[in-house]
Amino acid sequence: MAEKDATVELDAVDRQIINELQRGFPIVEEPYKVAAQQFGIEENELIARLQNLLDEGVLSRFGPMYHAEKMGGGLSLAAMKIPAKDYERVVEQVNSFDEIAHNYARDHQLNMWFVVATETPEEVARVIHSIEQKTGFPVFNMPKEKEFFVGLHFSV
Amino acid sequence: MYVSVNYVANGWNIIEIKMDSIDRQLIVETQQGLPLVARPYQALAESLGISSGEVMERMSKMQSEGIIRRIAAVPNHYKLGYRANGMTVWNLCDDLVDEAGQRVAEQEFVSHCYRRPRYLPDWPYNLFAMVHGRDREEAEQHYRTIAELLGDQCQQHQILFSTRILKKSGFRLSKAK
Repeated sequence: MAEKDATVELDAVDRQIINELQRGFPIVEEPYKVAAQQFGIEENELIARLQNLLDEGVLSRFGPMYHAEKMGGGLSLAAMKIPAKDYERVVEQVNSFDEIAHNYARDHQLNMWFVVATETPEEVARVIHSIEQKTGFPVFNMPKEKEFFVGLHFSV
Repeated sequence: MYVSVNYVANGWNIIEIKMDSIDRQLIVETQQGLPLVARPYQALAESLGISSGEVMERMSKMQSEGIIRRIAAVPNHYKLGYRANGMTVWNLCDDLVDEAGQRVAEQEFVSHCYRRPRYLPDWPYNLFAMVHGRDREEAEQHYRTIAELLGDQCQQHQILFSTRILKKSGFRLSKAK
């Protein structure tokens, strides 16, 4: 396991910060000061701890989470069934598209799963068509038809 | 000038969202995150040449419209020791899937839950739920918990583990437009 992937040690305040700030953050002039109160720390300490959690990679992000489709963008999950002998070539071809944000190998006949993110909904179909043309394999486009509300809370 | 974007939400409702070029600049400026300074909205205001009051008003509006889901910390599951993520997939009757999907989404170990189209015969599953565990065994336990929850409603299901990350990069809105 690479060192950067090692699990990090967190103290009680870090854990509280991670748990509570997943829920939301205030939109006021001095939001860190307001948020710091619930942890019993000063504004500066909250800012420093957040910076540290980001530097350590414990938090992948801190800030507004945008809804791609509501911003007018297109988003879809797609899968492909690629024979082993063609797999590395197709990985390279699929990854060459800027619109492919995430791509995972999974243990199934449909063995490649990726997210297509575009600036307009129409572009999703165009990108998928281009991938089919380039790779010579069909793409199973699985856009979400309904999103179920999750608790949002990942407790540490 | 307002740019109207028509889009289909959940496959049923047509909703119109209005975003102008200042909203768009705010999105670009915060894609890497909220500034880690005492007055982050003031910092954004300065780079856009508007007041902090306007920044806060616009961000509150985008939040109430759902363009901003929330302003929040996003934990890296892997770094926190949750190394196994399983994509669990379920074949549910069309008239049961929405009610079942909501019940699955309420499980605390589920991070995303969506209804998606089937592709018969290759892909009979219409409900997707991502589960996270410290190892595969824990993820599989969550998978079994969902299976019990759905009981007879679901006869066909699977868990797919990722075996390799082939690419991981964030969605980026270009500065142009």
